[in-house]
Amino acid sequence: MLIKSLVSVFLAAILTENYVLCKFLGICPFLGVSKKLNTAVGMSVAVTFVMVLATAVTFPIYQYLLVPNDLSYLQTIVFILIIAGLVQLVEIVLKKYIPSLYQSLGVYLPLITTNCAILGVTMLVLQKVETTALYTYTYGHALINALGAGIGFLVAMVMFAGVRSRLESADIPKSLQGLPITLISASLVALSFLGFSGFVDKLIPLA
Amino acid sequence: MNQTLFAVLIAVLVVAGIGLLIGLILAIASIVMAVPKDEKAEAVLELLPGANCGACGYSGCAGYASALSKGQAKPGACPVGGEDCTHAVEELLGVSAGEAVKKVAHVHCMGNCDNTSYKADFQGVKSCLSASRYGDISACSYGCLGFGDCVSACLSNAITVCNGVAVVDIDKCGGCGLCEQACPRKLITVAPVKEQAVVRCSNHDKGAQAKKACKAACIGCMKCMKVCEAGAITVNNFCATIDPEKCTGCGVCVENCPSKCITI
Repeated sequence: MLIKSLVSVFLAAILTENYVLCKFLGICPFLGVSKKLNTAVGMSVAVTFVMVLATAVTFPIYQYLLVPNDLSYLQTIVFILIIAGLVQLVEIVLKKYIPSLYQSLGVYLPLITTNCAILGVTMLVLQKVETTALYTYTYGHALINALGAGIGFLVAMVMFAGVRSRLESADIPKSLQGLPITLISASLVALSFLGFSGFVDKLIPLA
Repeated sequence: MNQTLFAVLIAVLVVAGIGLLIGLILAIASIVMAVPKDEKAEAVLELLPGANCGACGYSGCAGYASALSKGQAKPGACPVGGEDCTHAVEELLGVSAGEAVKKVAHVHCMGNCDNTSYKADFQGVKSCLSASRYGDISACSYGCLGFGDCVSACLSNAITVCNGVAVVDIDKCGGCGLCEQACPRKLITVAPVKEQAVVRCSNHDKGAQAKKACKAACIGCMKCMKVCEAGAITVNNFCATIDPEKCTGCGVCVENCPSKCITI
């Protein structure tokens, strides 16, 4: 049951609840860094890393510090604080140990601080703890959910980088060139992800 | 009342505590994992002009400085700093590498208000780019528009629009080539500094038409090409061009040009 539910959470985070294409969070890096495949992958890896790390820190802080003290209304500000600190830490670590990745990420690494996908992952998972009825949503589930969300972000970024590289050579009407056609193709990719709805529940029946 | 105060206090303490903790962790991390700065690169950066024009082929002065300090680049690629800068960098790094060729920009147009005229009174945005999109506003459809896009692109205030045509002050020009990119009519080229002849016209119309548009137009008579001993001049589409590499600066073409559109 536990394994089943973990797999279900993982797949759901990638496919049915994709944070970029189904929840429309983290659109800024999705549009900004998806031009080249290697920067898209680098950004996604950084986002995944920060997502898991942020969930790993915020989940226990929420459960064991904020809830017992009736401070759950502080979650937004505390989470922002923690995510900002974590991103800074990641930046320092990257600068020291992987300078090439640090340089290729450039301005996007500080931008993760204000990436709503990360804040969304850490906050929406708390709602699931309350709404999931079939099994108890544990710390492990939250971490797997964050990992899945990160990989979902990677999938969306890589797919969209492919779409954009085809757009480069397409004959686009002048009024649609640039951002308009990018947004339209993003919406079409998002529409295609709608096909996954209900997919995970059918594949791994928990009830 | 007390309870409310207590709740507020707890909230403040929790947020402040977390902030303090994160701050401490970051402070320790930044000390423990400090990246040693490349002092050599910073010293080189001090010597570079700081124009960040990118003429050296790197992203800016900082990029060039770090490449220099690692030995990946040779001093002398900076046209803005010129010889002084190159010598200073060479001294610092203890290497000498080649001659720094100072370059300057040349405007290939002499269509000032005496030689040519405007066909239309352009009332739009005062920039060459928008004027060139609008169509032919001057009699010559190749010539300088005189709105000074090159002037605003220039880092060293070397260009002025004088009597309707852009003029480069050779002493001030750093040769970075930003004006070359800014000119929508591609009238500006950057060439090494030396005694050389420059065709001050870019009109590719046939002789009679070109002459009608501007008194100082190159009519493509090929006289200069024939008299040039170095073989530096070619005439394509009724307009002469001089290869700065081959030109010896003898001045024979200047004397023979019927339109007086070649200068030294």
